[in-house]
Parts: sequence; C-alpha cells; structure tokens
Amino acid sequence: MKRLFVLLFSFLTISAFAEAPVEGGEFQPGEMITHHIADDYIWHFADGATVYLPVILLDNGQLNVFSSHHFYDENHETVPYNGYVLEHGRIYRASQEGEPLEEHAGLYDFSITKNVASMFVSVALLLIIFFVIASRYKNNPGKAPKGIQSFFEPIIIFVRDEIAKANIGPKYERYMPYLLTVFFFIWFNNLLGLMPGGANLTGNIAVTLILALLTLIITLFSGNKNYWGHIFATPGVPTWLAPIMIPVELIGIFTKPFSLMVRLFANITAGHIIILSLFSLIFIFRSIAVGPLSVAFATFMNFLELFVALLQAYIFTLLSAMYFGGAVEEHDHSEEHH
Amino acid sequence: MELVTPGIGLIFWQTVTFLIVLFLLGKFAWKPIMKALHDRESSIENALSAAEKAKLEMQALKADNEKLLAEARLERDRILKEATEAGNSIVETAREKANEEGARMLAQAREAIENEKRAAITEVKNMAAALSVDIAERILKRELNDPRAQQALVQEYISGVTLN
Repeated sequence: MKRLFVLLFSFLTISAFAEAPVEGGEFQPGEMITHHIADDYIWHFADGATVYLPVILLDNGQLNVFSSHHFYDENHETVPYNGYVLEHGRIYRASQEGEPLEEHAGLYDFSITKNVASMFVSVALLLIIFFVIASRYKNNPGKAPKGIQSFFEPIIIFVRDEIAKANIGPKYERYMPYLLTVFFFIWFNNLLGLMPGGANLTGNIAVTLILALLTLIITLFSGNKNYWGHIFATPGVPTWLAPIMIPVELIGIFTKPFSLMVRLFANITAGHIIILSLFSLIFIFRSIAVGPLSVAFATFMNFLELFVALLQAYIFTLLSAMYFGGAVEEHDHSEEHH
Repeated sequence: MELVTPGIGLIFWQTVTFLIVLFLLGKFAWKPIMKALHDRESSIENALSAAEKAKLEMQALKADNEKLLAEARLERDRILKEATEAGNSIVETAREKANEEGARMLAQAREAIENEKRAAITEVKNMAAALSVDIAERILKRELNDPRAQQALVQEYISGVTLN
C-alpha cells in the first residue's frame, strides 16, 4: 500500500513536471503562485481545457461585452482587442501601438472572471442542494431525514443551536437565514477552491469584504438602545473619558468586520500559497526526488485545508452571530458582563 | 498588492449574487427547513409529554383501583363482622328469651301446682271434716241425743286441728 502511494506520488510529480510552464528562462515561483491565487479572465483547468470567460467593460457609460478569447492569439500571447489590452491580469485602455495606458478613469470592469464564474457554480450548487432538501422537508413533514437531508440536517441544527441560539439569545430566529447562507456559502466556496482548477474565491478580499460589510450592516441595524448606549456612554466609565472612549468604541465597530474580512481572506489564501509553494519546490530543485516528498506534504496540507475550509466558515458565522448577539443583548444581561 | 485591492467587478457580482442567494435560500430553503425542524421538534416534545402524561394517568388509575379494592376489602370485613355480631346477638337474645320463658313457665307451673295443692288440701280438709262429722254424727247419734251439743263439740275439735 505504501509503495503504491509512492508510485502514485511519483506519477503525479512527473505529469506535473511535464506540464510545468518553464518555457524559456527561470521558473518564478512567486509569479506562478500569485497568478494562481489571483483572479483571471480565463478558466484554465488543464492545457487544452480552457474556458474563455466573458469580459464586460463599462467605459464612460458605454457597455462593451466580448469574450476574453480575443485577448489571446494562437500562441497564447496577449494581444490588444477593441482598444483594450490585458496586462498582468488587468484590462487597460490600449494605445495605438497596443501598449497599456496608465489613464483609466471611467473604465469599470464587470467581467465574469474566474472567481465570478466559480461563485456562480457554487451558488447553483447551494440552490440545488438546499432546494432539494427543503422539498424533502415539505414532502415528508415530521419524518426522519433521509439521504442528503440527513447529512445537512445536523449541520443546520448545529448552526442554529450552537452558533445562533448560544450567541444571540431568544431573538436568534431572524438571523438564521443570513447565518446559514454565510456558513454554507463560505464552506462550499472554500471546498471548491481546493478542487483542482478551482478559483480562490473566499481568498479574494473583495468577497470577504462584502461578507464582512453585510455582517456590519446587519449588526448596526439590529443594534438596540443598550448597544448604542455602550458605545456613546459606556457604563462605569467617567464622563470626562468620553472623548477617548467614543472614538475607541467607534473604531471597535469597524475593527470587528475588518478582522472578519482579513481572517477569512488570509487563511484561505495562505493555504493555497503553502500548497503551491510545496509544489514549486519540485521545480526549484529541478529534481524528481523532491516530488514524492513535496506531494506528501501537499497532501497533508490539503487535508488540513479541508478542515480549515470548515473551520473558517464556522468562525465567520460564529463571530457574526456574536456581533449580532452583542447588538441585541438586553440590559440586565449586559450588566453581568461588565 | 493586487491581492489586497478588491476589484470593482467582483465586489459588484459578489454583492448581487450573495443577496439573491440570501433571498432565495431564505425564502425557499431556510424558512421551510427551519419550520419543518421546529415542527418536528415540537411534535416529538408533545408526543413525549403526552406519553409522560398517559403514564402518570395510568399510575393514578392504578392507585385509584388499589384504593377502591382496599376500600372494598375493608367494607367486606366490616359487613362480615357486623353480620357475625348480629347473628351472635340474635342467638344470644333468643337464648335469653327462651331461658326467661322457661323460667316463667316453671314459675307458673309451680304456682298452679301450689294452687291445686291448696285447693286439694282444702277439699280434703272439708271432706275430712264432713266425713268426720258424718262419722261422729253416726257415732254420736247413738251416744248423744242432742245433736246441737254434738255439733258444737265437733266444731271445737275441728278448729283445734291445724293443717299444714
């Protein structure tokens, strides 16, 4: 069995080596890794299996939609198209010579990039899976769960009982849709990001920014008298300290979602970087001997990342629930804490 | 640097998509799922509490039955005891009555016998007196001529005789 694994690892290593993009010049691990974890206009599963995604540009109020295929010639070199050029993963206005122009005011890029496409896939999965589960519940009311339903039911109940009920209190019910959606959205996208050819969606700061912003907005809108009272007149703190306390508390409002944003982004991106770095070792050392070791480590990291995928979804949901809980906390309860 | 500068495109698509998903899942998945879970939990809870209630009722019924049975047993014992007592007292009364009656009859009989005896004695006395007078008369008829003197003499004798 052990020998079989080694054989398998060597095979994988060789095939990866064969595909390695080391045409002309030194292998640049940094560039390769950045390229892999960044967004892209094409979805490259393997050589020969590339999906060219649509480019949508809003240029001074004018909408331009075309396939990203036009940016590449037969040799997979970037070429200018329609007055635009792709350079370092970004679209710029092109000059007459096809060189990118620095000036890009009024140019907004709404392209369906690899990340957006990957998000659509995850969303489709989410909708299909949970609509199927919901219909099971509707069709067999009061019955024991079956199949996929019995896999997700404990997770849903865990989110409800351990995350929402435990941290929000009696008003947990109205936050359930957000918490469940955020949990499964993050988890599914974390897992899809680990698939071969998957996009690094939850490791993209734009995505985590929006999720954290939604948590912030919900927190602010559900903040009751006690919540705001704590911020503008912290109980037990002398009034003359208010000029210091109020800014500190106001900053505190924003550091919480900021930490949510950075935590998810950094954890997922770091995992991808580590796995890619381990693979890069093979090309840095230019030796097949490093292959099995590298793949073994990468496999271990992959298992760790599977755990991290769930853990980060849990942490994001848990902290969101705690912030909501703090916002709707009743007075006598808050007295106990402070 | 590109890593930490969010792109407008992804921000836009993420916001739109996430909000749509949140709405769709919230309305068509989480709501029915949460409701179904809640319903099932409450139905299980109800069933459990109903079972508990039934158990308590059963216990109460059993206890009632036992109480009734014990009461019935006590009642039976009481009735039996009363009946025995009643029987005993009837027998006792009857015996007493019989005794009394016997005693009364005995007394009556004795009295009757006494009366009869007295009557018989008086008769015997009278008869004896008449006979004695008759005998004496016959005797004296010969010896005494004056029957009056003879009668007075006999009378004197008779009163001199005390019977009993």
